[in-house]
Amino acid sequence: MTTPIIEIENMTKTYQLGGDVVHVLSNVSLRIEKGDFLAIVGPSGSGKSTFMNMLGCLDRPDSGSYFLDGREIARLNDNELAVIRNEKIGFIFQNFYLLPRLTALENVELPLLYRGVKTKERQKKAYECLEQVGLLERAHHLPSQLSGGQQQRVAIARALVGNPPILLADEPTGALDSKTSQEIINIMKGLNEQGHTIIIITHDWEVAKQAKRIVRIQDGHLFESRGDLVGISSVD
Amino acid sequence: MDIYLKAGVISLEFLQSIKMAMRSIQGNKLRSFLTMLGIIIGVSSVIVLISIGQGSSKAVTEQINQLGTNLLTVNVMNSDIVKLTVEDAEKFRKIAGVKDLAPVVSGRVNVRNGNTSTQVSLIGTTASYETVRDVQVNQGRFLSDIDVDYRQKIAVLGANTAQTLFGIDNPVGQYIQVDGTSFKVVGVLASKGGSMGQSGDDVILLPLSTAQRLIKNTNVQTLYIQGKNAEQLDWVMAEVERTLMRMFPDHQDSYSVFNQQDLMDTMSSVTSTMTMMLGGIAGISLLVGGIGIMNIMLVSVSERTREIGIRKAIGAKRKDILLQFLIEASVLSAFGGVIGIALGLAVGQVLSKAIGLSVSYSVSVSLVAFLFSLAVGIVFGVFPASKAAKLDPIRALRYD
Ligand SMILES: Nc1ncnc2c1ncn2[C@@H]1O[C@H](COP(=O)(O)OP(=O)(O)OP(=O)(O)O)[C@@H](O)[C@H]1O
Ligand SMILES: [Mg+2]
Repeated sequence: MTTPIIEIENMTKTYQLGGDVVHVLSNVSLRIEKGDFLAIVGPSGSGKSTFMNMLGCLDRPDSGSYFLDGREIARLNDNELAVIRNEKIGFIFQNFYLLPRLTALENVELPLLYRGVKTKERQKKAYECLEQVGLLERAHHLPSQLSGGQQQRVAIARALVGNPPILLADEPTGALDSKTSQEIINIMKGLNEQGHTIIIITHDWEVAKQAKRIVRIQDGHLFESRGDLVGISSVD
Repeated sequence: MDIYLKAGVISLEFLQSIKMAMRSIQGNKLRSFLTMLGIIIGVSSVIVLISIGQGSSKAVTEQINQLGTNLLTVNVMNSDIVKLTVEDAEKFRKIAGVKDLAPVVSGRVNVRNGNTSTQVSLIGTTASYETVRDVQVNQGRFLSDIDVDYRQKIAVLGANTAQTLFGIDNPVGQYIQVDGTSFKVVGVLASKGGSMGQSGDDVILLPLSTAQRLIKNTNVQTLYIQGKNAEQLDWVMAEVERTLMRMFPDHQDSYSVFNQQDLMDTMSSVTSTMTMMLGGIAGISLLVGGIGIMNIMLVSVSERTREIGIRKAIGAKRKDILLQFLIEASVLSAFGGVIGIALGLAVGQVLSKAIGLSVSYSVSVSLVAFLFSLAVGIVFGVFPASKAAKLDPIRALRYD
């Protein structure tokens, strides 16, 4: 069996709210293989985003171990984490989070800028990714000049441009109508077929059931349920 | 080879960062302008004040040098008590270190050419005056010893006097009336310009003996003594004072001895103190400008917390964020610096044209002002930038 791209053991995260301690994640474990397509579902406030931030190395757990592509994340300092985020992970957020003063093209270029890629090559790759999401003709538009669906496609292009093995999407279709969200999901599925590992948080069952695996978060625990139609894996 | 390649990439990225910084400065034009205003005012006042300071100290130095080189001036204030005769004056030649001297009797006279007349200062002196006071003859010749010996009725005109009486005609060889007596003009002096409030060109020079008779006064009012060199001047001055003390005991209040070098030192120390004070005041306003930049950068960091979070989420390191804000602050202040220099030079021009202030620009002052404004941007940008760089990515993303 190959090493999983993500391996989490007994991860715990608690928040102190006033006097109360909220156990958002208590001793969760999860393995994700290369090329997986995972949907994370759960009620609002259940800790989906918190978990996603752990996966994306934006936040550190209180305890437990996290191996990403064979590296123990807890041992890395802030700079090394920045490099991991840049090279291994592509983030897609619910609210797109594009930089408002940069054009679509410049937004897509950003991850490569922080990787130190030269301007010419950076632009070439950014154009390629914009083409892949079907937005080539909008390359020089500002985010405010784009529709929600177009903005999300720019965000996907930005997540893709560094060719990271993992794509993390926190409710990428939350702000979009069903037709547009299906287009976004189709792009994701295409990327999954190209070999990217995709983890997507969603409230939308129509979206979730298109994933290969569905993981539910509730009361700080993870439950893997069978997708109704696709992807059969055993619960850890 | 590899290092050069890397340096190339870095400088390219640097240009890119400057471009980005310009963009975010342009994004909020009014605020950026108001922020820069502090630096603009600071830099332009540095430029204007230092230019004026340097200009006036240059002007003062020039004027003092015009008096003559290695010059001591004995002024008789009360000629009723201190009757310095020409024979007394000539005794000072014996002091070692004295190169030459020129006694002067002076007064005011009316000069007339045909229908044109004017009041001018009379200087009755000897041929030595030319070298001692370092005057330049423009046309004709200066007074000679023979003129003094034979009490010749000849005159040398100051530039303004000649201009007033003769306009553009050549006065040399013409006759004028000085207090009713006819004098032949033998020379015209080159213009010296004003010297401390009085014009040195509204004069007429006559042979000493002739002047004594004309104004009915034989006593010397001013004695110019030229030293052989600057080093001995203090010693010569002490000797001159001692000799005067012997000649006129108990009357030190009635005459004075000036050393040109002392005057110069005093004036230049006054003007350099003034320049430094003006520069200091301007420097403080630059500092205030810097605090303005820090303030606006702090606001900008907290406004752009979300942006910082996004950048960190996609792989920006601390140093990337730090550099971004630092470059922004520096571009802002450097821009303000350039505008301030241009404004300062323009204001200096206007001042010198409008009210005749002497202004002296120097490239080094502009350069220092620019570097200082850049430094202000960097120094006051460090704190906001490091605040931005230290933001926790999750908190930054959630911030609204
Ligand atoms: N910085 C924080 N400080 C305190 N509590 C927090 C913090 N971040 C999250 N929480 C709490 O952790 C819990 C999980 O939040 P999280 O954002 O992960 O939920 P979610 O599943 O993504 O919800 P939603 O579907 O609404 O996005 C919530 O109860 C929230 O109040
Ligand atoms: Mg959430």
